Amino acid sequence: MNKSLYDYLILLGDSPLILGHRLSELCGHGPNLETDIALSNIALDLFGQVRNWYQYAAEVHGEGKTEDDIAFLRYEHEYRNVVLTEQPNKDFAWVIARQFYFDAWHFSLLSQLTESRDERISAIAAKSIKEVTYHRRFSSEWVKRLGDGTEESHIRMQNAIAHFAMYKGELFEETNVEKEMFASGTGADFKVLKTQFDSFTNEVLNDAGLEIPQIDWTQRGGKQGVHSEHLGYILTDLQYMQRAYPGMQW
Amino acid sequence: MEIDINRLDLEFQAKIDSGKTIEPKDWMPEKYRKTHIRQISQHAHSEIVGMLPEGNWITRAPSMRRKVTLLAKVQDEGGHGLYLYSACETLGISRDELFEQLHSGKAKYSSIFNYPAVTWADMGAVGWLVDGAAIMNQVMLTRTSFGPYARAMVRICKEESFHQRQGFEIMLSLCNGTAVQKHMAQESLNRWWWPSLMMFGPRDEESTHTEQAIKWKIKLKTNDELRQQFVDQTVPQIELLGLELPDPAIKWNEERGHYDFGAIDWDEFWRVVGGNGPCNRERLSARKEAWEKGAWVREAALAYAEKQESLREAV
Repeated sequence: MNKSLYDYLILLGDSPLILGHRLSELCGHGPNLETDIALSNIALDLFGQVRNWYQYAAEVHGEGKTEDDIAFLRYEHEYRNVVLTEQPNKDFAWVIARQFYFDAWHFSLLSQLTESRDERISAIAAKSIKEVTYHRRFSSEWVKRLGDGTEESHIRMQNAIAHFAMYKGELFEETNVEKEMFASGTGADFKVLKTQFDSFTNEVLNDAGLEIPQIDWTQRGGKQGVHSEHLGYILTDLQYMQRAYPGMQW
Repeated sequence: MEIDINRLDLEFQAKIDSGKTIEPKDWMPEKYRKTHIRQISQHAHSEIVGMLPEGNWITRAPSMRRKVTLLAKVQDEGGHGLYLYSACETLGISRDELFEQLHSGKAKYSSIFNYPAVTWADMGAVGWLVDGAAIMNQVMLTRTSFGPYARAMVRICKEESFHQRQGFEIMLSLCNGTAVQKHMAQESLNRWWWPSLMMFGPRDEESTHTEQAIKWKIKLKTNDELRQQFVDQTVPQIELLGLELPDPAIKWNEERGHYDFGAIDWDEFWRVVGGNGPCNRERLSARKEAWEKGAWVREAALAYAEKQESLREAV
């Protein structure tokens, strides 16, 4: 098995899995019907992408591994999502701020991966970038709407943007496997990622009349398998059926 | 004036009888308008309250494939709610008023969603039985007299039959699985069977709206006729799954050409309709909470849209 490639695919799949999970918790509980449907749509897109990454990872792994083994049957420290994605749906401003930072990074990552030397990766990225273009537009429009809406929405949005700023640094911390993948022409250039992210998010925050948080530290650990307290509860839900009824077909 | 209204009324009924649709700008009797607001909004509310029992299983779905199809299904229900609220709004009532009626308890929604979805098999049983029962009512509505409602129903019915097949397929996987899975399927069928039969509403002799509804093509068959049709359609499917019949009184009646079935517990039906089912309070409070917590978001969106509009005007 090509372990580096497998690990890389897990890194690509885990963040959208956990963020999709958080978004799917909101289905039926959105602030209005249109937003409810849009957030479910984003979750659906993310799960579709996750399945593409995991199916490829399962093939790379061999020995009969399936997408479901990867999604549901790992221990907590084996999940490699960034801790940003685990953060709870405290209110709609939190949902939007989390999504905004994630989409800005995700868009830039996938844009680069469309040029990957690994044809399967570039094909998955090419399909996903169309979806993520819409996600990024959705979340940045809401940042502007809430930032420049009412006094209350401005305060809530500003607080959420400031709160989630401490999670964004991890998006740009390069693991060994990501360095290796970049060097081989398979992965992304993190310097470009960071530059594109900063320029996009700064522009949107300026348009929204929001202050750009100045922060010189970051929460980290997810990409090394050390998570926030939230992931355990997420996995309790996510893995419930597979753990309670092991080895069955659904 | 009296004569004029009578004439309008006669012309209106003649139009329906000739198979033409009534459109929002056409003249219609006030009772027709009110009845349609009541029925369409009740249907829309059922879609969005119906998102809750199934939404409860999205995060716990047993495989990625099942997770995606379940999420897509629940999202479709939100979409159905959206078309139906829009159809209802053409009758001169706002969506906010409709929500207000739901939250205050003035408007009803389908009582079936006041039952809990407690196992994964319920995602099968709800799709198969509840969507199956809903389709029987809804197929008729594709030919109903009010145009926007009929058109919304055409699209909804297509998606609902897809959901029903998905539900049956979940049941089939369970029935082809281990003993534990088959037991889960049986237990779920037993719980959902009677509430599904109740979905067709009270017995014909107790149904207050039937006669007028048939005249306006809101109904083409009575509650009891539809209930019988559902039983006749579903019993062979239960047998195909290899499950036990949930009612020992189910028996083919050669003379009638239909299945006989046992007595429905109408006390339970009226109790749940009246607000005292297992999840009535929970469902309503989930809807209210989403609405109240979302108030500042909706206000912000409106304020932002107004600012953008005045900026455009200034240019």
